[in-house]
Amino acid sequence: MKAHQADRFATIMLWIGALAIVAILIAFLTLILGRGVPHLTSEFFNGPDGVRGQLFNSFYILFLSLVLSLPVGLGAGIYMAEYAPKNKFTDLIRLSTESLASVPSIVFGLFGMIVFVNMFGLGFTILGGSATLALLNLPILVRVTEESLRAVPRSYREASLALGATMWQTLRKVILPTALPGLITGITLVAGRALGETAILIFTAGMNVSRIPFDVNPLAAGETLAVHLFAVKSNPLPGTNADQIADGTAALLIIMVIVFNICLTLPSRWLQRRQLGKNKM
Amino acid sequence: MPQRKSWVYYNDRLSRYLFISSAVLVSLIILCIIWFVGMQGLSTFREVSIIEFFTSSKWSPDSGKFGALTFIAGSIGTTLIAILIGGPLGLAGAVFLAEIAPPWVRAFMRPATDLFAGIPSVVYGYVGITVIVGLTGKLTNSPTGYGMLAAGIVLAIMILPTVISLSEDALRSLPRTYKEASLALGATRWQTIRRVLVPAASPGILTAIILAMARAIGETMAVQMVIGNSPRFPDSLGSPTSTLTSNIVMEMGNTPFGSTWNNGLFMMAFILLIIALIMIILVRTASRKGAAR
Repeated sequence: MKAHQADRFATIMLWIGALAIVAILIAFLTLILGRGVPHLTSEFFNGPDGVRGQLFNSFYILFLSLVLSLPVGLGAGIYMAEYAPKNKFTDLIRLSTESLASVPSIVFGLFGMIVFVNMFGLGFTILGGSATLALLNLPILVRVTEESLRAVPRSYREASLALGATMWQTLRKVILPTALPGLITGITLVAGRALGETAILIFTAGMNVSRIPFDVNPLAAGETLAVHLFAVKSNPLPGTNADQIADGTAALLIIMVIVFNICLTLPSRWLQRRQLGKNKM
Repeated sequence: MPQRKSWVYYNDRLSRYLFISSAVLVSLIILCIIWFVGMQGLSTFREVSIIEFFTSSKWSPDSGKFGALTFIAGSIGTTLIAILIGGPLGLAGAVFLAEIAPPWVRAFMRPATDLFAGIPSVVYGYVGITVIVGLTGKLTNSPTGYGMLAAGIVLAIMILPTVISLSEDALRSLPRTYKEASLALGATRWQTIRRVLVPAASPGILTAIILAMARAIGETMAVQMVIGNSPRFPDSLGSPTSTLTSNIVMEMGNTPFGSTWNNGLFMMAFILLIIALIMIILVRTASRKGAAR
């Protein structure tokens, strides 16, 4: 039976392929965590070469970029899901969103550099970095919003509109609350990606970190953790323990990614369960 | 409509306009990016001939030589290596997840592949410097290991989640009847996968491969860290060279804004942007073909 032998062989090969993929991931995690976790001491954060400033900047820039991109991203997503008629205009917006999603991050970085660093003459700033990073977030936010709103059953809308609610009331009171778990998952996804972004920030937020701890001045330069890892690894300063800083920073980044991935699943599950419970009553 | 237009009515109107304007803003942003990066990049050709830029591999801005062929070849080379390694592996993973994996394996493996996508690209570069460069050094008998092979391997791992999740979705969205008909005719599972499922899902799989290529060619940090950054034409897999992205990172900081050298770097970014836009159009045609069948 040749066909059966081929079938068995293929099955074994596919298992091996899958195992290889998982093995690569496990090798990655053990390598990074194994090398880096021992360096995650208080000295690593607060010492003279400590990364406290970078860690703060990472979250500060992430926060500002979300503040800038959420309203537009949600708005455009809501328009695409609820209002957009099938015509050339809608098609154009969809094409723009898809194109924006495919723009390499370094191109965003250079665009941000033209606009914020040179045209507005700000130099390297947290504000410029966040605004450029917001552009990277936008297309994902639009897509996620549209998908989660489309997943809301039609009957919900019809019931609300039939009761005499306006479209805006229906959105605010019915559709958005129902779509919330999906939206939160999407926002966490965006945040996780923005947190590790480097190419954009090198050209817009710069590679310097403020001397003042927890400096919230948006016009200061702000090096993030990911940029720091790049800087330390590609141009190690002589006289510093650059390798250990790199190991620790990589581990810290991976830990942040894992935490975000856990956050990705937990709140949406929790919200879904709560909503199901409410509906039963 | 009520006789007296209340604030409820105006709120509804206002929110509608806000949503439309956000959608328009998204379109304006991509147009602005194309315009600004394009204008800055194309001004290179005021002083450099187009033919020189695309066909010469001599890049020494100090002596007025602006040939970007090395970087273009480097980008294409690394992307091809990444697809050759990551494409089949990712497709195998997708077929496995869609057709073979028991539910508990799938429940574990799907989030695991998503984790790949979440790892920041600098961390991939860091792993590349720490481990993969040593490996490729042995494979290619080169002293350092920096070069296209190292970059290609790192990229192959980075594109895995894209290939896996999109191909798996394509396989899963096929009607059950395809599989049932094939199995009922006495085909084995492998015959069904190879002759029925993969061909039927090919538009989706093609989309996955194209998007993975788009990601690979635009990837910057991971590549810059393992490519070696020498403006040398990539004539072997293990010798240091440069790509469009890595060269932008290397030289952008040293060049004054508006100089020919600087504009040349913007032109490289513009090439990347154009490639990305072409990819999107390809993806749209592929999925439209898929829908037409």
